[in-house]
Amino acid sequence: MDFMVFQYPMISVQACLDGILLGILFALIAYGMALQWGVMNIINIAQGDLVILGGYIAYFMYLYGIHPAWGVIVSPIIMFFVGIAIYKLVINKVVDRDLFISILATFGISILFMQLMNFAFGADVVLANSDYGTTMLFNSNVVLPNSKIFSAFISILFAICLVIYMKKSKLGRAIRATAQNARAAKILGVDTEKVYAATFGINAALCGVAGALISITFTIHPYMGLPYTIRSFMIVIVAGLGNLPGVAMSGMGLGVFEEFADYILGTEFRIGSVFLLLVLILVYRRFKLSRKREYLK
Amino acid sequence: MKINKIIISFISAAVILLSTSVVSFAKVVGDKIVLGAAISLTGKYSSNGVHTQNGYNMAVDRINSMGGVKVGGKTYKFDIIYYDDESNPKRAAQLAERLISQDGVEFMLGPYSSGLTKAIAPVTEKYGVPMVEANGASRSLFTKGYKYLFAVLAPANLYLDVAIDLAVEKNNGKGVTVAMAFEQDAFSQDVRLGVLDAIKRTGSKKVIDDKLPKELNDMAATLVKVKQMKPDVLVVSGHTKGALTAIRQISEMKVDVPMLAMTHCDAAKLSKQHGKNSQYALCASQWHKTLTYKDDFFKDGMTYDADFTKEFGYAPPYQAAESSAALLVFKDAFERANSFDQKKVRDALAATNMQTFYGNIKFAEGGQNVDKPMVLFQVMCDDGGKCENKVVAPTKWASAKLIHPIPSWSKR
Repeated sequence: MDFMVFQYPMISVQACLDGILLGILFALIAYGMALQWGVMNIINIAQGDLVILGGYIAYFMYLYGIHPAWGVIVSPIIMFFVGIAIYKLVINKVVDRDLFISILATFGISILFMQLMNFAFGADVVLANSDYGTTMLFNSNVVLPNSKIFSAFISILFAICLVIYMKKSKLGRAIRATAQNARAAKILGVDTEKVYAATFGINAALCGVAGALISITFTIHPYMGLPYTIRSFMIVIVAGLGNLPGVAMSGMGLGVFEEFADYILGTEFRIGSVFLLLVLILVYRRFKLSRKREYLK
Repeated sequence: MKINKIIISFISAAVILLSTSVVSFAKVVGDKIVLGAAISLTGKYSSNGVHTQNGYNMAVDRINSMGGVKVGGKTYKFDIIYYDDESNPKRAAQLAERLISQDGVEFMLGPYSSGLTKAIAPVTEKYGVPMVEANGASRSLFTKGYKYLFAVLAPANLYLDVAIDLAVEKNNGKGVTVAMAFEQDAFSQDVRLGVLDAIKRTGSKKVIDDKLPKELNDMAATLVKVKQMKPDVLVVSGHTKGALTAIRQISEMKVDVPMLAMTHCDAAKLSKQHGKNSQYALCASQWHKTLTYKDDFFKDGMTYDADFTKEFGYAPPYQAAESSAALLVFKDAFERANSFDQKKVRDALAATNMQTFYGNIKFAEGGQNVDKPMVLFQVMCDDGGKCENKVVAPTKWASAKLIHPIPSWSKR
C-alpha cells in the first residue's frame, strides 16, 4: 500500500485526468459492445481483437507515411465491412441461439483473429507516432500527452455522432426498434437481418476508431485484445444496455478507479483490481435484485 | 481375398513403421549429426523465434561449408530437425519428447525464451540429452542442478546491474537512488533481483519498485512517481512492450531522469520506432557487433553482421548471434569428445573454454556462461535524426563515451 497519491495533491489531479481520458476511450469500445449486445443479444469476446485490427490499419498508414490520425477515418470504414463480413459468415448463424453459443462463436473468432494478425503482421509490438507533443498544466506538475487528449476528443465526437444517427436516421430507428422487440419490428416491416448486419458493422467501426486511437496513444500487439474486451464487458455490466451516458460515466469511473488502484495498490494489481471490482458489482447487483424480488412478493 | 488384402496391408504398414523408426533412430545418419530444436515459428515469440532459427541455420551452413565436424577421423555435417512450438511451453515439452523418443535426436539446441527453455530442460535432463541453449537467461534455469543444460548467454540477473555500477561510478562512488519498473515474468524478475543485489552492494537506495502486469501498456502512474521522487536511475524491463511504452511515455510526459536503463531495446527496434525520443537510453545487450571477440568461422562481430545482413536482409539482433554461437560450442565439444557418446559430449561441453565472435564461453556448474560480461549501449543520434547504438560499458569494449546525465527535455 502506498498513499503517496494523497500526500501530493497534484498526483491525484494527474491520476483523475489520466483516468478520465483513458475511460472515455474505453467507453467508446464499450458503447459498441452495449449496442450489439442490446440489439442482437450477443456478447462479443472478439471485441478487443477488432480494436487491435483497427489499430493495425492506422499503423500501416503510418508506415506508408500517412499521419496515423487519419486512421480514425479510414479504419472505421474498413472495419465496418470487416464487421459485416463476420456477421454474414458466422454471427447470423448464432444470433437467435442462446448466449452460450454466441460466446463460443465469438471466442473462436477471437482466437482466429489473434492468430491471423500474428501471421500477417508479425509478433512485434508496434506503435504509431503522432508527434502531438504534451500539454503541461499547473506549473508543469500535471502532464497530459496531447495524443490522449486527442483520443478522448475523437471518442466523444464519434459517440455524439452515433447518438444523433441513432435518433434521427431511419436505420437508427430500425436498430432501436429491433433492440426493443425484434419480433414486433419484423412484423412492422423492419428487415431485422439488415439491422443486425448494420449493428455489427457499426460496432466493428467503433472498434476501428478506438484501435486507431490506441495505436497513437499506447502500443498494439496481436495478443493484446483481451484486456479491452474485459474492460468493455465490465463497463457494460455496470452501465446496462442502451444507456450512453451510463456507459460514458462508468467508463470514466473505471479509468479513474484503475489509475488510483495503480498508485495505491501498485501497478501489478491494476488489472486484478478491475476483476475484483467486476465481482463486487455482480454480487451487489444480485443482492439488490434479490431484495427487489422479496419486496415484490 | 479380403483377408489376404488385410494381411498385406497390415504387413506393409508394419514394415513402413519399422523402416522409418530404424532410419530415424540414430543420432548420426551417414555423415550427418542430427540436432533437434523446438522453435517458436508462430505465436507471440515468432519474431525472436525466427531470429533464433536464422542464427542456427547460418552457423550450420558456415560450419558445414568450412569442413564440418571431425570426429574419429571422419568428417560430419550438422543437420537440424525443427518443430514449431507455437510459443507454447506445453507444446515445447511435447516436441522435445517427440524429438528424443521418436526422431531419435540425441543432442538438442534450445528454444527461444526462458519460459520455453524451462519447459524443455526437464525432458532433456530425463533422457540425458545434452542441450546447448542460447535464449534462456532466467537465473532459475541454472539453480536446478541440471547436468545436461548449457547456456552460451549471461544469466538474466547480470543484465542491468552494470547500469547501477555505472551510475555509482558517475556519482563518485557514492550510492544512488533507483526507481525500478519490472514486468511480472520470470526473466524480468530475475533482472530485478540482479539490480537489487547491485543496489545492496553499492549502498544505493531503491525509491520505487513497481511490477508491471503482462497485459499493461500504460506506465503513466510509475512515471508520475518518478517525476515526484526524482531518482538518479530509472531501470525498466518488460520485453519489447516495456521498452516501447517506456520511451513513448517518458518523452510524452517529459520525465527527466539522469540515467535510463532498459532491456530489449534492439528487439524493440527502439531507435527506428521512436527516433530521437529514444536518445540517451542505456540498453543491456548480450552482444554488439563492435565487440572485438574473434573465431575462425565468423571472424568477428562486424563480419558476422555483414554476412548475416547479406543472407537474411536485416541486421542480426543478439538473439541471432548467440544462436549461431551455440553451434560453434557443439562443434568444439564433439571434436574434443571425439565421440558421439552423450556422456562424453556432455563432459566435453562442461569443459568448454573457447572464444567465439559472440564472446568467451566457459560454463559454470549450473550451466550458465560465466566468461562473457553483458554490455551496455547507449542510443545516440546525430543532428539529422539518425540514431545508432554505441557501446559505452564496460570500459574495455566502449566505442563511445557515456553521455551522463541525460539532458533535460526542456534543453533538447
